[in-house]
Amino acid sequence: MKNITSAFLAAVLTGIMIVPIFGLQLERKGINTEIVPHWSIVLWGMLIVFAVQLVKPYLFKKRPGVRFNLPRVPTLNPKSTNLLLGLVFVAAIIWPFFSGRSQVDIATLVLIYVMLALGLNIVVGFAGLLDLGFVGFYAVGAYTYALLYHWAGWGFWEALPLAGVVSAFFGFLLGFPVLRLRGDYLAIVTLGFGEIIRLLLINLYEFTGGPDGISGIPKPTVFGYEMTRKASVEGAQTFHQLMDWKFSTMDVVIYLYLMALVLAFITLIVSNRLVRMPIGRAWEALREDEIACRSLGLNPTRIKLSAFTLGATFAGLGGAFFAARQGLVNPESFTFIESALILAIVVLGGMGSQVGVILAAIILTVLPELARQFAEYRMLIFGLVMVLMMVWRPQGLLPVKRPQVEIPNE
Amino acid sequence: MSEKILSVDGLMMQFGGLLAVDSVSFDVRKNEIFAIIGPNGAGKTTVFNCVSGFYKPTAGSITLNGKAIAGHPSHKVAQHGLVRTFQNVRLFKHLTVLENLLVAQHTQIKSSLLPGLLNLPSYRRSEKKALNNAVKWLDFMGLRQFANREAGNLSYGHQRRLEIARCMITNPCLLLLDEPAAGLNPQEKKDLADLINQLRNEFDMSVLLIEHDMSLIMGISDRILVMEHGKPIVTDKPEAVRTDPRVIKAYLGEE
Repeated sequence: MKNITSAFLAAVLTGIMIVPIFGLQLERKGINTEIVPHWSIVLWGMLIVFAVQLVKPYLFKKRPGVRFNLPRVPTLNPKSTNLLLGLVFVAAIIWPFFSGRSQVDIATLVLIYVMLALGLNIVVGFAGLLDLGFVGFYAVGAYTYALLYHWAGWGFWEALPLAGVVSAFFGFLLGFPVLRLRGDYLAIVTLGFGEIIRLLLINLYEFTGGPDGISGIPKPTVFGYEMTRKASVEGAQTFHQLMDWKFSTMDVVIYLYLMALVLAFITLIVSNRLVRMPIGRAWEALREDEIACRSLGLNPTRIKLSAFTLGATFAGLGGAFFAARQGLVNPESFTFIESALILAIVVLGGMGSQVGVILAAIILTVLPELARQFAEYRMLIFGLVMVLMMVWRPQGLLPVKRPQVEIPNE
Repeated sequence: MSEKILSVDGLMMQFGGLLAVDSVSFDVRKNEIFAIIGPNGAGKTTVFNCVSGFYKPTAGSITLNGKAIAGHPSHKVAQHGLVRTFQNVRLFKHLTVLENLLVAQHTQIKSSLLPGLLNLPSYRRSEKKALNNAVKWLDFMGLRQFANREAGNLSYGHQRRLEIARCMITNPCLLLLDEPAAGLNPQEKKDLADLINQLRNEFDMSVLLIEHDMSLIMGISDRILVMEHGKPIVTDKPEAVRTDPRVIKAYLGEE
């Protein structure tokens, strides 16, 4: 009986809520706009809610033990972990040669996101500083290369380290004003920072090309030889002529993929080392208790800045690579939704968990590509996945098993 | 008379209209156990917070080993060798016991980024040293068997001991203990008294502590400062403090 009452109430509430949205629709008739009621939709909605509410208690009662138990990362000793990592790496190198062009392209995109998410993981996962403007550093990296090419004719390899340095510098700059902030306040300021960068890029028309961006950015060269059909400079040799291969665009795609793989791999190794180092311990300690840190002589300012700076560096490297891959940068690529996506990857993977983050990057990049026909519902599905995750597995796909220094007891 | 480690002179701390600490002066000598007692709200913890740099005192000077430290940020003060524990234990709860002790050595580890990233011998040496140091203190505190456990899962008494170990591992010259006996059972209190004595005798430590437990205070302190309503009443030896009429009045009221 109680069930029926609550189900009835829920149905009535649904009715009230959806009448203005679905029940009354505006239709244009000539020059007039009329309100046309669609009561059947409302009734169906109410009926569905009523039915679901009625059976809901039984659904949950019958299976009290149902929980999503995703596999934990099996604990391996360091040697077999390294072996496994090596095998995966080798497989990832060989794979594109037997694969289609679009798959390799998507995989490259995945690797860019892996890199970004591992960078953000340092800031959010390890140091516990919620950063919603991470895409700003990504943009800085991309535009560093683009602008250096556009104004000074720099190549990718010269610009790559500088892109990292410039992004690191921006991370450092942002770090200063936000040092005193935590949690929500920090999130708002970083969100603002990401937007400031994007708006600057749009409005510095003379310098950055505004909304049009910068195009014609060259792809990375191979030891100084271009990977193109024809050399851009008269008389120069391309890589294919050097190797006496027949040119195919697939080669370029694979080359870019391999580069992304190397960059992502380096990011993984570096961030993996960082957590085990004193600086990584300090990040985690700071996340736990800032006051205790200070009482032990740890300078919170420096620790936070180092997290911001290192995280931004990886974003910058990723950005420069992104610019090279696209051949075109414009502010459209660096909207807030990108920040949200990267953050979603980190949260979905399990904050601080590197394997989880990689897995989540794959899921969140590949799924939308597979479900292209549902493109309209992409954000809806995305939101749904996040909500479900937060309900069932708030700690992420593969919750972090922190790397611990262990000593034998006695 | 041995040299002074810490001297506090005319310390004042005002929060808006409230004068929490009013012209408090005292000094802690080398190798001395100095206690501050007083009824609740007397301003003891405020004095602690000023001395350890968590508050910026309104007026007065604080000198540690001849260096003026009043108004310095807390991590600077800690780097000068003055470390503290907290009334409600502040461990890094989700880090293991061992890691708590490793983090505490952060300022002593000369670490730059590159040797660590490349896992160079110099880096491995310094990590090994930090680990040995941590193990030494775990053994000393009898916490070795809990080394790989999360610090938050320890019993309260062990957490207290770990917090003290975490301070000691930074090689301080003065240890500040804020109500170290709060929440301990009689046996643990006795162990604590022994521990504090041991730190003084074996490690040449000077200790400044706040405590409510009179038997502990009277047993281990060399001198005691009694505070009431933010003002110092008496500074003297335990026996003298025990019978001082002003102290009895502060604690028990007047007839």
